[in-house]
Amino acid sequence: MTLAATAAGHGFLSPSGVEIAFVLVGIATLGAAVLTVTTRQLVHAALWLVVALGGVAVAYLLLTAEFIAWVQVLIYVGSVVVLLLFGLMLTKAPIGRSPDADSGNRWAALVVALASAAALVWVVVDAFRATWINLDGAAQGSTEASGRSLFQYWVLPFEALSVLLLAALVGAIVLSRKSGEGEAAAASLTNGAARAPAAPAPREEQR
Amino acid sequence: MSDALDIALRLVAVFVVFLVFPLVIGQTEHKVMAHMQGRLGPMYAGGFHGWAQLVADGVKFAQKEDIVPAGADRRIFQLAPAVALLPYLLVLVAIPIGPHNAVGQALDAGIFFVLAVMGVGVLGSLMAGWASANKFSLLGGLRTAAQLLAYELPMLLAAASVAMAAGTLSLPGIIEAFHWWWVPWQIVGGVVFFTAGLAELQRPPFDMPVADSEIIFGAYTEYTGLRFALFLLAEYAGIVVLCALTSVLFLGGWHGPFGADGLGWLWTLLKTVILAFGVIWLRVTYPRLREDQLQKLAWTVLIPLALAQIALTGVVKVVISS
Repeated sequence: MTLAATAAGHGFLSPSGVEIAFVLVGIATLGAAVLTVTTRQLVHAALWLVVALGGVAVAYLLLTAEFIAWVQVLIYVGSVVVLLLFGLMLTKAPIGRSPDADSGNRWAALVVALASAAALVWVVVDAFRATWINLDGAAQGSTEASGRSLFQYWVLPFEALSVLLLAALVGAIVLSRKSGEGEAAAASLTNGAARAPAAPAPREEQR
Repeated sequence: MSDALDIALRLVAVFVVFLVFPLVIGQTEHKVMAHMQGRLGPMYAGGFHGWAQLVADGVKFAQKEDIVPAGADRRIFQLAPAVALLPYLLVLVAIPIGPHNAVGQALDAGIFFVLAVMGVGVLGSLMAGWASANKFSLLGGLRTAAQLLAYELPMLLAAASVAMAAGTLSLPGIIEAFHWWWVPWQIVGGVVFFTAGLAELQRPPFDMPVADSEIIFGAYTEYTGLRFALFLLAEYAGIVVLCALTSVLFLGGWHGPFGADGLGWLWTLLKTVILAFGVIWLRVTYPRLREDQLQKLAWTVLIPLALAQIALTGVVKVVISS
């Protein structure tokens, strides 16, 4: 009703090429995300995650948010997934199926996922149902526009988030240091004083 | 129609550059290394100065049997070379070589696009290392990942310094804003960027992930024939991209020294080639860094230097604008 009134000329029955592309990318992203959680091969899951995150980046691009799209690729595909793969290879990443890559919590997880997805979809649809992006005008998601809104209207959340990240960073350092010293102390207790100085952990492992 | 034609022509031009330049770099590497190390091998094929060496290599790679190890993860093993190579093709689209919009596609957040997509290429090495079902490959993949995590940050910080100085993230915009005194102003950032880029490409002296005397050939141990050639090509394409980016960000791209801008894209090309020569020179000059030395260099030298460069950029920027 309000939808039809405000969105005159933007009918759902005559989608533009960009809208069709957006839906297709969304379907591909969803498919990759489902495969990420259902595949039994750990490294395949990480690689499907790359596809899903890349799909989200393309969706950002189609919404004219160019800056956010590249940041998505840089942070998630370039760093988070590489870190994930690094961790997998460092611990256990067999080729083929991992029999233990399953969890008894799958139904609870499904419920939580569906609930959060429903909440997100509801909020987004409710907030933006009559908003249309003018593709022909100035880009609304350009670097300059994003920067202005971030540092004019959203400075406080931005800074709060950076404090949160700093806390996480400090926490990680504290955790790794404590365990390192504890092991060294334990080693010196069990092995005697003679061998203790000879076994400091390499610096890189303490980080 | 003319728009479509324009885009098609630009893409074809970028593709031609992508096909030709890495091969030129490869041939140059053959010759430069042969001269610097007094090697006779690469000087025979074809007669004069061994000009056909590259052709011979190509024929050799094409003839070899394409083997997938029995224990390997077939699809990922076969997909990995493409994942390693294609990002560099995408990056070339965004690098400007001359004034008047001589760029595949001018992007609003060009620096971010370039660095983000370059980071994706490393996924190819990781996939290759894991999917080969070979311990040496896995070690190579691990070293690749560790190296990327260490060097992505200083590279980004150094690039951020230039973006701050220019007040834009667009690559053509940065060159437009360039003045000659940016070179001494941003020199530290430039060195950090170039060093980190070398490490990301796994070029000597940062070639731990493919250290042949330790782990055979790292993630690429099990590859043969054309797929192996694609990995090599990705390395050379990476050199082209890194050198072009360094010249665009830190050396003024198509601006010549002393205001001599007349040559335009030739300046970009000249700077890129000189930097590429430096990359090859480093390969025949320096021994390989150990893994811990490499990490130490990144975290205790390059990142503080990049942060200092950002502080300097900020201070000078404020002083200029006030």
